[in-house]
Amino acid sequence: MNPHDLPSAEQLVESVREWLERDVLTATSGRLQFHTRVAINVLAMVERELQVGATQAAVHRDRLAQLGCADERELADKIRNGALDDRLPEVRELVWATVQDKLTVANPKYLDART
Amino acid sequence: MDELAASLAAVLGARRVTDLTRLSGGASRETFRFVADGRPLVLQRQRGGDTRNMGMEAAVLRAVYAAGVPVPELVASSPDSSDIGAAYMISAAVEGETIARKILRDPEFIAARRNLPGQLGHALAHLHRVDVSSVEGLATQDQVAMYRAVLDATGEPHPAFELAFKWLEDHRPPACPPALVHGDFRMGNIMVGPDGLNAVLDWELAHIGDPMEDLGWLCVKAWRFGSDKPVAGVGEYHQLLDAYAEASGADVNPLVVRWWEVLGTLKWGIMCIGQASTHLSGAVRSHELAAIGRRVCENEHDLFLALEGRW
Repeated sequence: MNPHDLPSAEQLVESVREWLERDVLTATSGRLQFHTRVAINVLAMVERELQVGATQAAVHRDRLAQLGCADERELADKIRNGALDDRLPEVRELVWATVQDKLTVANPKYLDART
Repeated sequence: MDELAASLAAVLGARRVTDLTRLSGGASRETFRFVADGRPLVLQRQRGGDTRNMGMEAAVLRAVYAAGVPVPELVASSPDSSDIGAAYMISAAVEGETIARKILRDPEFIAARRNLPGQLGHALAHLHRVDVSSVEGLATQDQVAMYRAVLDATGEPHPAFELAFKWLEDHRPPACPPALVHGDFRMGNIMVGPDGLNAVLDWELAHIGDPMEDLGWLCVKAWRFGSDKPVAGVGEYHQLLDAYAEASGADVNPLVVRWWEVLGTLKWGIMCIGQASTHLSGAVRSHELAAIGRRVCENEHDLFLALEGRW
């Protein structure tokens, strides 16, 4: 439980993103407008992470534990040194699920376009 | 700029150097356009701190020009700083467009888009015929080992990339005769006019390796810029492979091209980590570079799709 007043962190970021979309994007052009668009995308990503990040972290911990790993580093090392060679289909399935979680925050549109 | 113009006139033996304009300033080199006695030329000047050997690149340009690859003609070069204060290459200016989104979408490039798959296949076939022993300074590279080292240097763990590395190691294509490889043959590094390919640019990553590396890299999804066509966003696999086979007389195994495309997708993912590091390390603070770090998972996603049913 955090002690802060409203707006929440997510609502604060949302308010800045809306201002960029409403006032800055329309008042800029060229390179500055492009960088405004990048900023809008970054803030939207942060909003998504604030929404689902805690749930994703718990799920990710469980996936790593299922493979006997404490963190991504241990999993990467075990894949490389062959310690998980007898469980590769399971490893691939869990890593693929993690990749999809990362895209859900980073760029959900990318998940839809399976080309 | 006046001083640079005077040095250029001296090395070229030109009476007049005019219209000297800086085009771009990359991290490793600066590019200028100018006119020497009426001839439009391009200068690429190396920046301090960049340790790459421009002499190698100049030797490659001469060899591929002689082999019939469309490249700007090299007019003068020096691998050291004695002439103009830095290593440099001066080449003929080639007209055309390099910006991928324009080439892929603008109506003036309709014919170019139709011609490019075949032209790219032909250019690669000519390039891969160059006798590697005729070019000094070329290194043989094991791209898998090289990019493993680059990933390790970032210090970031990526289980998805480890799975891809494992697949690549287990499915290495059979050894082939060493060829001159461009190393960065893609949309963005080609100069395109209304009829298609005018010149292949940016030879600084040239090395000795498997010629199929260039075909695979050309098909990596990042170089399609949103188009659904696999070959540089302009063509189908068979168009590139048929043109290459016709011009080279070699049999092309699509599975080997595919292996290199998978490695290329992995390479681009690792390069994205590097771009974000440029921001994180403080070398260049930029939210644009920072955001690229969160695109790494797009490459992980592409690797899983490419390897679906092939593990």
